[in-house]
Amino acid sequence: MNFTLKIWRQKNAKSKGHFETYEVKNISPGTSFLEMLDILNEQLINEGIDPVAVNKGCKEKQVDPVAFDHDCREGICGICSLYINGRAHGPDDEITTCQLYMRKFKDGETITVEPWRTRGFPVVKDLVVDRGAFDKILQAGGFISVNAGNAPDANAILVQKDKANESMDAAACVGCGACVATCKNGSAMLFVAARVSSLALLPQGKIEGARRAKLMVAKMDELGFGSCTNTRACELECPKGISIAHIARLNREFLSAKLKD
Amino acid sequence: MTKLVSHVPEGPLEQKWTSHKNNIRIVSPANKRKLDIIVVGTGLGGASAAASLGELGYNVKVFCISDSPRRAHSIAAQGGINAAKNYRNDNDSVYRLFHDTIKSGDYRSREANVYRLAEVSNNIIDHCVAQGVPFGRDYSGLLDNRSFGGGQVSRTFYARGQTGQQLLLGAYASLNRQIFKGRVKSYPRHEMLDLVVIDGEAKGIITRNLVTGKIERFGAHAVVIATGGYGNCYFLSTYAMTCNGSAIWQCYKKGAFFANPCFTQIHPTCIPVEGDQQSKLTLMSESLRNDGRIWVPKKIEDAKKLQAGDIKGSQISEEDRDYYLERRYPAYGNLVPRDVASRAAKERCDAGFGVNNTGKAVFLDFSTAIERLGKEVIEARYGNLFQMYEKITDVNAYEEPMMIYPTIHYTMGGIWVDYNLQTTIPGLYAIGEANFSDHGGNRLGASALMQGLADGYFILPYTIGDYLAGKILDPKIDTNHPAFAEAEKAITERINKLFNVKGKRSVDSFHKELGHIMWEYVGMARNEEGLKKAISEIRKIRKEYWENVCVPGENNEFNMELEKALRVADFMEMGELMALDALNRRESCGGHFREEMQTEDGETKRDDENFMYVSAWEFKGEEQEPILHKESLKFEFVKVASRSYAKL
Repeated sequence: MNFTLKIWRQKNAKSKGHFETYEVKNISPGTSFLEMLDILNEQLINEGIDPVAVNKGCKEKQVDPVAFDHDCREGICGICSLYINGRAHGPDDEITTCQLYMRKFKDGETITVEPWRTRGFPVVKDLVVDRGAFDKILQAGGFISVNAGNAPDANAILVQKDKANESMDAAACVGCGACVATCKNGSAMLFVAARVSSLALLPQGKIEGARRAKLMVAKMDELGFGSCTNTRACELECPKGISIAHIARLNREFLSAKLKD
Repeated sequence: MTKLVSHVPEGPLEQKWTSHKNNIRIVSPANKRKLDIIVVGTGLGGASAAASLGELGYNVKVFCISDSPRRAHSIAAQGGINAAKNYRNDNDSVYRLFHDTIKSGDYRSREANVYRLAEVSNNIIDHCVAQGVPFGRDYSGLLDNRSFGGGQVSRTFYARGQTGQQLLLGAYASLNRQIFKGRVKSYPRHEMLDLVVIDGEAKGIITRNLVTGKIERFGAHAVVIATGGYGNCYFLSTYAMTCNGSAIWQCYKKGAFFANPCFTQIHPTCIPVEGDQQSKLTLMSESLRNDGRIWVPKKIEDAKKLQAGDIKGSQISEEDRDYYLERRYPAYGNLVPRDVASRAAKERCDAGFGVNNTGKAVFLDFSTAIERLGKEVIEARYGNLFQMYEKITDVNAYEEPMMIYPTIHYTMGGIWVDYNLQTTIPGLYAIGEANFSDHGGNRLGASALMQGLADGYFILPYTIGDYLAGKILDPKIDTNHPAFAEAEKAITERINKLFNVKGKRSVDSFHKELGHIMWEYVGMARNEEGLKKAISEIRKIRKEYWENVCVPGENNEFNMELEKALRVADFMEMGELMALDALNRRESCGGHFREEMQTEDGETKRDDENFMYVSAWEFKGEEQEPILHKESLKFEFVKVASRSYAKL
């Protein structure tokens, strides 16, 4: 398969970005989207090499492979991002970009690739963004306050099976940021709700539930994320299919904290 | 010659850890505040260690190469974590978990370490539940278990097919709590490029800021390496793309011994290689072997038709299927340990019975289980794995059997550590997959998570105190010390040297070539001739690398090609050591299969008389032969037997 790629290039956080167009050829349908970008980068590097030069062939200064975040390439680490043809993680449901395969595109198609575009995640380079804000939100309260060595026997804490399942549904969040990137308000509510809800559903997490909600929401607001207007775009683009029902639970915990104040 | 002192305490096996804890020194809270510790890596080992050390009151700095500690590759572990809880009442015990681990490791691990691992396994589950890890449960609200290869009990705790993710998020949450409290400072997108040793002791690291390219110095009273394994040396593996062996390699070059480098684990159930554009391989959880049955056709004609794509697996009738694991290993069946299952798959494929177009795949079939339990039960157990399989291969595994093939997955070898997890450099510790200590020649499934967390939550926080108790009067480490300047200079020179090669080949092209040599000659089956060939080939491409690699861009920017170039330069050296170790170990044990040493029916043949030792290699300088040290293994509490999974 052959493709035309329109890719966002931006040298660093301070510089202005622009689109560049590239062609890639002979891509097999079973190749993943990120492998296709690997092939593009290999091509860019080779284009920068002068094959006839006798000694040094690499004109390294002109060559600039496309920077993109990737790591596990099996849909779990959450580092890959990319807005592909106007959709977070591209044209398939419940996947991260690394699980997107070229068979999902038409031969000869033009594909537009952008980084996450949202206030909360400044661009680092090209398609790489800084999601440090997510770490900061979780540091504000996304934990149960237990030191190693303190715990009772694991089976001393009973958890209803359906609650454990629901908690797991929310805990499946990979922290990729698609929810924020796809939200017209740039809200991080689904991300925050997933953590708050996952812990609040468990007896051991319930104790700090209200306080946790309050602290995490305050941090989210402080970091400049927008507010939630229930458009449900986040739920639609979440690679792990996390439901906005968790936002309702977050609101409940948050309200109960506010009422106590 | 005898630099290797294991510091295993005297006394009965089950008393060793307790008495050791009673005898080692501790540091008072007031003094802990004055001591700095660096933790490199934030997987299960690093995150849990950094969190626990922060909880204890030390000043901790934690480094990772990713944008967040949560991305570490522990996150990709699917199936579960072992613990000797005996919640199933199936006669499990600490001793049994210990024994299964020793046996699975083919009697090439240290008894005392393995026993301690089994002993603290139960604390891990308790702690993770308290942290809010949503483990699978029964309707009663109690924890559920599943079985894994190499055991005959159900002792594996799981959170769907995402156990590693949930355990890592638990450790990451504890780490976050310490970061919030100011006990731990986090440095994401920082890569350790060298270890700083002053007067023979580890005193800090040199890092590169991966966003700005800035080279920085960090000093500490102790350094903990938790950077995982080095399996990406093979290029194609189940490791994440950025997993690398560079941190442990720098430690090795600064004097830490590298133990059992040739012990690599090949996982039997990965999605087979497809074409030459592939960048990595995806694992299908071992838990699938609870209900999936592995087979190839009995008739070579059927195999030929499958390879040509003329028929599908489901069209082959029951009596024409060869369930070769059930046939060869009736006692364990499809749940034999990983090395055994991998070799058996290779044996069938080499004999021509492979089932895909490359002839390098076998079937993992759920039709019997679906008939027995219903599709819903299978979906509840493995739904996300079936979905993942379909996304990658475009095949619905409820209707057609999955295709799988073995792939590099884990490295049992690593930095040599004593019972305290301290390396041969005082003040330098190695935990999790980065060390060598617990898994011998082959790791049991669901034990990597157990070891990472055991080391980080419950072992290192105790043992590191014994060393630090002697450092309470030491001032903050001065990073203006010449040793820091020297290390920084060496790094800067290495980076400049890479840029200045200005050759004609990309870093990836070299990495692929190295991976091919490694897989061909230092892979699932090894022999003397092949290993010698590997060594000479690796030397050749290493030479070419430094003459012909092209690293574009500059240092002072976000430059992923430079990151790769530095890591691949290290893999080029590491591969040779792996081959050298494999050549030296003229026996077959665990995942290390020397073709010259096999039984008549193709099983591994150990040589206990000559090789019952840990090989620990000492670096002697660039392009020089390293020196082999041996830590002999004594088995006082288990009877060393040949490892049979056919009957028991």
